[in-house]
Amino acid sequence: MILAQVVLNGFLVGAVYALFSSGLTLIWGMMNVVNFAHGDFVMIAMYVAFVAFTALHLGPAFFVPLAALVLFMLGVVVYYGLVRHVMRGPMLAQILGTFGLALVLRYATLWIFSANFVSLPENLLGDVVTFAGLRLEPSRVVAGIAALTLTVGLHMLLTRTALGSRLLAVAEDRSAAMLVGIRPDPMQALAWGLGAACTGVAGALIALFFYISPMVGESLALIAFVVVCLGGFGSVPGALVAGLTIGIIESLTSFWIGPAFKDVVVFALFLAVLWFRPQGLLGKA
Amino acid sequence: MSAQATQTPAAPRLAGRLIFGALALIALLVWPLLVENVFYQRVGALVMLAALSASAWNLVGGYAGQISIGHVLYFGCGAYASLLGFTWFEWAPILGAPFGIALSLLLAVIVGTPTLRLKGHYFSMATIALAELARIIVTNSPVLGGGVGVSGPALPRSMADLSFISPLPYYYIFGAVLAVLLAFTWWMNLGRMGFYLRAIRGQERAARSLGVPAQCYKLYALLVSAGFTSLTGSLYATMVGFVDPDSGFGILLSVKMVIAAALGGAGTLFGPLVGAAILVPLEEVTNAMFGGDGTGITYVVYGAIIVFISRFAPGGLAEVLSRFQAWRARRAN
Repeated sequence: MILAQVVLNGFLVGAVYALFSSGLTLIWGMMNVVNFAHGDFVMIAMYVAFVAFTALHLGPAFFVPLAALVLFMLGVVVYYGLVRHVMRGPMLAQILGTFGLALVLRYATLWIFSANFVSLPENLLGDVVTFAGLRLEPSRVVAGIAALTLTVGLHMLLTRTALGSRLLAVAEDRSAAMLVGIRPDPMQALAWGLGAACTGVAGALIALFFYISPMVGESLALIAFVVVCLGGFGSVPGALVAGLTIGIIESLTSFWIGPAFKDVVVFALFLAVLWFRPQGLLGKA
Repeated sequence: MSAQATQTPAAPRLAGRLIFGALALIALLVWPLLVENVFYQRVGALVMLAALSASAWNLVGGYAGQISIGHVLYFGCGAYASLLGFTWFEWAPILGAPFGIALSLLLAVIVGTPTLRLKGHYFSMATIALAELARIIVTNSPVLGGGVGVSGPALPRSMADLSFISPLPYYYIFGAVLAVLLAFTWWMNLGRMGFYLRAIRGQERAARSLGVPAQCYKLYALLVSAGFTSLTGSLYATMVGFVDPDSGFGILLSVKMVIAAALGGAGTLFGPLVGAAILVPLEEVTNAMFGGDGTGITYVVYGAIIVFISRFAPGGLAEVLSRFQAWRARRAN
C-alpha cells in the first residue's frame, strides 16, 4: 500500500515536471535553443505565487493565472531582448546568454528575498483526504491534475489549431514558413511566451506543496533537461511520458535509498541516455 | 585587423608588440613587490589563480569551442585529492596534485568520450549534470568529508606544505604555472592541433569531411584542460587549506572560469588573464560594498556581464578591441 502511495505522489509531481519541461521542449523544438534559465523561470513563478498570496491575499485560482501571465511576458521580453539576437550567433553566445540570465534571476531573487526557505500554507486547498487507503493531499492532487490537463492542452494547441500549425511550420522550416506568409519572429516570441507560461503555471502549482527558495531553480532546470532528453527534444507527448516517469523514479529512489540520492539516480539516468541515445529515448534520430 | 595589417609595415608593429609584451611582463613580475598592502597582494594571487583556471577552460571552451559548464568537476578533484592526501596519509597537500590530475584525466576520458559526440547544447547540459552529480555524491559521502569538507594542515610542518603567511609566494607559484599553460597554449595553437581545433570550432561537420579526427582532438583538448584545471584545484587547496562541496564542486566556480575567459575573449591567449584581472578585483569590491557573498549581488553583476557579452560582443574584450582598431583604421583613411 505504501508503495502505491509513493508511486501516486511521484506521478502527481511528475505531472508538474512534465508541464514545465513541455515549455523547454517547445522552445527547443521551435528554434534549437536551450533555455538554461528554465528552472529559474519556475522559481520566479513560485515567488510570484508567494507574493500574490502573502501581499495581495490572492487564492490559487488567481495566482496561478497571474504567474502564467507574468511569465508569459517575461518569456516574450527575453525573446525580443536577448534570444533573437544570440540564437544565430556563436555557440558561446547561445549558451551563455540564457545562462547569464539564469544567474541574474537567481541572485536578484536571493538579494530581494534572502536565502531563507518560505512556503505557502499546507492546507490552502483543504485538509488531507484518505481514500481507499491512500493519503490524498489536495494541493498535490490539484497540482498534478491541472498540470496533466494543461500539458495535454498544450499538445492539442500545437496539433489541432491553426495557430499550432503555424508554430510547427516555423519549427520545421523557418524559410519555408516565411514563403507561405508566416512571420517567424512573432511565432518564436509566442513559443517563448508559451514555454515560459508553462513554467509560470507549473511554478505556481508546485509552490502549493514545495518549499520556495532562490536556489530551487538549479535542480529544477536539470530535471527539465532530463525530461526533455528522455522524451525527445521538441516532443510534448514525450515530455509528458518522461516527466511522469522521472517523478515516479524520484519518488521511488527517495523511498528506497534516501531523499539525498534522488537526484543522483535521475542525473545518472540522464547521462546514460545522452551516452546511448543522444536524440532522446522517444526522439527521432 | 587584416585591413590594418596591410597598411602598417610588419616590422615596427612586431617590435612594438615585443616592447609592450616585455613591459607587461615586467609589470606583472614587479608590482606585488612595490605594493606593501597584503590585501592587494592577495587579490593578485587570486587573479593568477582565476586566470589559471580560466585559461585551462579556454583550451576546450575557447579553442575547441565546446562550452563546458561543469569544469568545476576537475577543479574539485584536484582540491579534494590534495586535502584528502593530508587527511588520510598526512601528505603535504601538493603531493595530492598528481593523483588529482590522474583522476581528472580518467574522468575526462570517461566523460569526454560520450559527451564530446554531443553537439553544442547537449555537451553543456551533460557537463552541468556531471558536476552536480559529483557535488551530491561528495556531500553525501562521509569518507570524503561530507557536507563539512576537509582541511589541510593547521600549521606548516615543513617547506613542502607550501604554507606561507604572505600571499607573494602564491602569486609567483601561480604565475609560473600560468606561464607554462600559456606557453603550451601558444605552441598548441601554432601547430597542427591549433588548426584542427579552429576547423572544428568553425564548422565541425566540414572539418570532419576534410579528414580532421574531430573526436580525438576535442578529447586531447579536454584532457589537457582537465589536467590543468585539476592542478589549479590543488593549488587553491594548498593556499586556502580547506575545501567543502560548494567551494570544490559548486556551479559558481564553473561560472567564474567561463565568464573570465568569455569576458577577455574566449579562444585568445591572454583573454582569460585579462578577464580575471577585471573580475576578481570587481568581486572583491562588490563583496566589500554589499557585505560578503551572502547577498548575491556579485553574481547579479556577473550574470549581467555574461548576458551583455553574449548579446553585444560574443568575442569578449578581444572583439571590442579589434572592432575599435578597425574603426580607427577606417577613420584614418
